[in-house]
Amino acid sequence: MSPAEEQQIRQSSRNGWLLSAPALVILTLAAMGPLLVVILYSFLTPGQYGNVVWDFSWDGWISILFTRDIFDGTLGLADAHLTIFWRSIKLSLQTTLLTFAVGFPTAWFIATRPPKARALWLFLITIPFWTNLLIRTFAINEVLRSEGLMNTLLMKIGLIAAPIQVMYTDTAVLIGMAYVYLPLMVLPLFAAIDRFDLRLLEAGYDLYASRWQVLRHVILPIVKPGIVAGSILVFVPSLGAYVTPRVLGGGKNMMIGNFIELQFLQGRNWPLGAALSILLLIVVMIALLIYTRAAGKGANPHG
Amino acid sequence: MTHVNAIEARNTIKAFGQGDAAVRALDDVSVTIRQGEFFTLLGPSGCGKTTLLRLIAGFEMPSSGMILIDGAEVTNLPPNRRPVNTVFQSYALFPHLTVAENVGFALKMQGRPKAEITETAARMLALVKLEHLAGRKVAQLSGGQQQRVALARALAPQPKVLLLDEPLSALDLKLRKEMQVELKRLQMETGITFVFVTHDQEEALTMSDRIGVMSAGKLQQVGSPRDIYTRPVNRFVASFIGETNFLPVTPSQGGVKLGCGAVVVAEGEGSTLTIRPEQMRLVAAGEPGTLPAQVENLVYFGTDTHLNLRLPDGELLTARVQSPPSGDAGFAAGQAIGVAFLPGAARLIRD
Repeated sequence: MSPAEEQQIRQSSRNGWLLSAPALVILTLAAMGPLLVVILYSFLTPGQYGNVVWDFSWDGWISILFTRDIFDGTLGLADAHLTIFWRSIKLSLQTTLLTFAVGFPTAWFIATRPPKARALWLFLITIPFWTNLLIRTFAINEVLRSEGLMNTLLMKIGLIAAPIQVMYTDTAVLIGMAYVYLPLMVLPLFAAIDRFDLRLLEAGYDLYASRWQVLRHVILPIVKPGIVAGSILVFVPSLGAYVTPRVLGGGKNMMIGNFIELQFLQGRNWPLGAALSILLLIVVMIALLIYTRAAGKGANPHG
Repeated sequence: MTHVNAIEARNTIKAFGQGDAAVRALDDVSVTIRQGEFFTLLGPSGCGKTTLLRLIAGFEMPSSGMILIDGAEVTNLPPNRRPVNTVFQSYALFPHLTVAENVGFALKMQGRPKAEITETAARMLALVKLEHLAGRKVAQLSGGQQQRVALARALAPQPKVLLLDEPLSALDLKLRKEMQVELKRLQMETGITFVFVTHDQEEALTMSDRIGVMSAGKLQQVGSPRDIYTRPVNRFVASFIGETNFLPVTPSQGGVKLGCGAVVVAEGEGSTLTIRPEQMRLVAAGEPGTLPAQVENLVYFGTDTHLNLRLPDGELLTARVQSPPSGDAGFAAGQAIGVAFLPGAARLIRD
């Protein structure tokens, strides 16, 4: 390569950077800016009427796990916080499992239809996306509440004598989140199953595998990238869910999202809210890292 | 003798669809396949040969009739409970497993000990000469190698019968010839009964102990390659296996009478005479006991030359002569010659 050519390549790569500079600046300001503010706020002292006082403090981070005794000022484990974290993780995992249990047969059903019917089914799956999340959540409320669809129906057919109290329990939150996030599970699963060569099923049966063994040793390992993708897509927003636990959990059964909101509004503890937000972000990042690891391993050369 | 047949199909019917729209892919097929034989199901696409294979494997259940494997009825057993394995046309290798894991799959499903699985997989890979690729993923293999893995995988559990569904059709000509030899060798070495499905008549003739020729859901003829080629029972079999000529004939004193008036001797029964192009002698015109014919044109094929001959009544007849060293068969278009059928070559068949 001649020096002139090298010069030209260097020039064009410099031009490339210059051309993308506006986008980079906006990205940095829009994505990193607020994040930096949140990180900064998590190390400050809460103001009396919300907002922050510009005094450095670890209290925001410490009070994630510990609470200071009002009388003697000693630190004790914050049980209420731990309960909220545990409920968030438990409900998110349960939501993921429930959407998988419902989503896998659904995705399998769709992927094995003729192409025309397949498009229709996929369309039907995505319809709920067109409606506002809040409205969908209230619709679930209408189904689950004591005088709602489910209880009325069950009482009419005589299965139960008195309405079951589902609303404002973890179960209601679980059902609501599973409903809301189901498409996020079905779509990646469908994509994976659609690529699955159905002739491998016959090969499996031919080689003495029972139906269960075919599922366990042929189908699941091959569609694993879809399962991982769907699980992450459901788990991550479930963990940060705000509207669903608020409406169906009644504000009593808080998840992290509601807890963060509480800190910024009634709680007037912005640093704690900021620290919690960062914590949530870190957990999500770890989950995504696990996902890319698993997907990278699962990807085959011609996939 | 207590010799048990490897496979027996009794009056099997397989219909797809309902009521009037139902199509019979298999129409009352009965066939017996002997232990240790290389049996080929030969026929054009859509003739039902693959359906029969799938019935034996258990992927389809017959609409009526019975299937026996090794003397035991399996008609309604699922594939995983039949002692047969299939080499699929698409190979259907498991992409998430290595070559060795693919080969050991059946044994793993049967819950055999790990050491046995490893040992058998290694032995099977050695049998198909792929031991050096045991650790590879199947996507990294060529078509021919994948074919061998599919074979090793199906042979590993030592099935009573190996079913092969057009396994060579995806390979190029040279590889296909190699694999034909390879398959024959594997069959000899393992002693396993092979049921091979193909539409390639040459493949069927060169590899099989016996051939079942199928057409339109029916088994037309079963016999050794020689039987099928030299004594076809009907027009379909005669035309599907090799090339042949058909001439309409009428019964006559001392033989059958051709359209041109000549009387020839032919074995068999029927109103059509069939004669293979290579079983004729071309001589000078007017020689006694020959049919007069005119050379329409010549087609040079390298090893031999085809002559399209016109008989006096207008019927066309194709003859084949071996090309001499010079390449010139010694005939010219328009030339008048005499044609004699080799003794025993002309046969009568039903339509």
